[in-house]
Amino acid sequence: MNPNIKRILFFTVIIAFWYTGSKLEWWLPIILPSPEKVMEALIIGFEDKTLIYDLIASFKRLAIGLGLSLIIGTGLGVLLAKSKTADETLGTVVLALQSVPSIIWLPLAIMWFGMNEKAVIFVVVLGGTFVMTLNIRVGIKNVSPLFIKAAKTMGVNGWDLYKRVIFPAAIPYVVTGSRLAWAFAWRALMAGELLSTGPGLGYTLRYASDFGNMALVIGVMIIIGIIGTIVDQLIFQRIEKSVLNRWGLES
Amino acid sequence: MIKLFINISNVQKQYADKNNHQVDILKDINLGVDKGEFVSILGPSGCGKSTLLSIVAGLTPATGGEVLVADKVIEKPGKDRGMVFQQAALFPWLNVLENVVFPLKKEMPKKQAEAEAKKYLQMVQLSNYLAHYPHELSGGMQQRVAIARALAMNPDILLMDEPFGALDEQTRTRLHDQLETIWSETKKTILFVTHSISESIKLSDRIIVMGTKPGIILKDIKVDIPRPRHEHKKEMVELEEYIMGFLKKEIDKVIREELVHESKH
Repeated sequence: MNPNIKRILFFTVIIAFWYTGSKLEWWLPIILPSPEKVMEALIIGFEDKTLIYDLIASFKRLAIGLGLSLIIGTGLGVLLAKSKTADETLGTVVLALQSVPSIIWLPLAIMWFGMNEKAVIFVVVLGGTFVMTLNIRVGIKNVSPLFIKAAKTMGVNGWDLYKRVIFPAAIPYVVTGSRLAWAFAWRALMAGELLSTGPGLGYTLRYASDFGNMALVIGVMIIIGIIGTIVDQLIFQRIEKSVLNRWGLES
Repeated sequence: MIKLFINISNVQKQYADKNNHQVDILKDINLGVDKGEFVSILGPSGCGKSTLLSIVAGLTPATGGEVLVADKVIEKPGKDRGMVFQQAALFPWLNVLENVVFPLKKEMPKKQAEAEAKKYLQMVQLSNYLAHYPHELSGGMQQRVAIARALAMNPDILLMDEPFGALDEQTRTRLHDQLETIWSETKKTILFVTHSISESIKLSDRIIVMGTKPGIILKDIKVDIPRPRHEHKKEMVELEEYIMGFLKKEIDKVIREELVHESKH
């Protein structure tokens, strides 16, 4: 059976169960509102444009935060790959920072930047930077010595060697690093928005919860899930697959 | 001594092993190669033949002696010496044409570089694969692209480090014929490292037989069999047996050491 048909059947069963359970009041609407209620909350949200503003605000923060973390991450990664001293000192710090969820920085960020956009972006940047750093570092270190030798026999040296051989050879790691940076940044953004101010998807989620609007809570959760799936599965995984294939890293 | 095109004199290569003992990889290597000569360097694994080629390429510094090419001391890699490795080492992010254009990029305008690259791709009979990426080609085709890429710089010397070692028998035979044709058309000087006796007899004007531990030149054999050589099977077999005779001692030495090494573990 076609996997897509399997998926459609699976979701139909889940939604049918959800619908029946709500209709027959197997649980209270405050615990889990019915699918129609969730749909209704989403339609209202889009009609009065709150959800649209939320989406724009969240994506703006994500774009700035992720953009900065990719730039800083790449810079740090190159530094760690090329300087042994930097790797032995700064590298340890990066490893330690990578192992903690970036949301723990939020209290500090609010003290530094105030309860605003900047604090959230700061957390997003911290979320994405280090995983990018580590991937770029490995990517550059793993460039096949054979490529470098071959390039040298063709008279390519110095900065040219970086530009024409080492960076292109590291592209699979750039793609993987970006995908993971996006995933971490997206989670950091939602956490940051939940705990700080709006507009934004995370903020609306908490706001709806504070007012007991469970239909909207679930609606926003579904939006967050769908965005995550689309970006990860449909964009990053496809790029990653085709790059790995062409670079001969996966048959 | 008559000055030849490539002069390798008293080349030594040592390195420190894990117990900090100095190990000789190459010892007192003296070798002269004439312009346009096809010279094979033949020896068992571990005899330092690839290291010697790498020194001539300028990729590995010698710890003693020097290599002169056209009276100039080799200190670093240069476009006068094209190199083909056992793995094709093509850049996966470039297609076939772009790979061959790679060494020409800074030398000439794009159009001219592409025309030049196409000329050499035709020589290796890959004109129909310009837009293919390396992962879409077979091992033999990749190696032919690598040869075209090395030739595109129009080097005087082609250094080949077991270029056909990873290929199957039929592909290898076909590439031997192609290489012979290319060599006679381009008049390049070729230094060809191999561990296959028959390969070296088939292709070269001279065979430098190396022994191991330390790597030294055991014998410098001139191959007088007329080309095309496949018409002279008898002479080839005789020469093969002759070379096998004194290489056997070296191979036995390697095997013995490996056994001793294993029994220590």
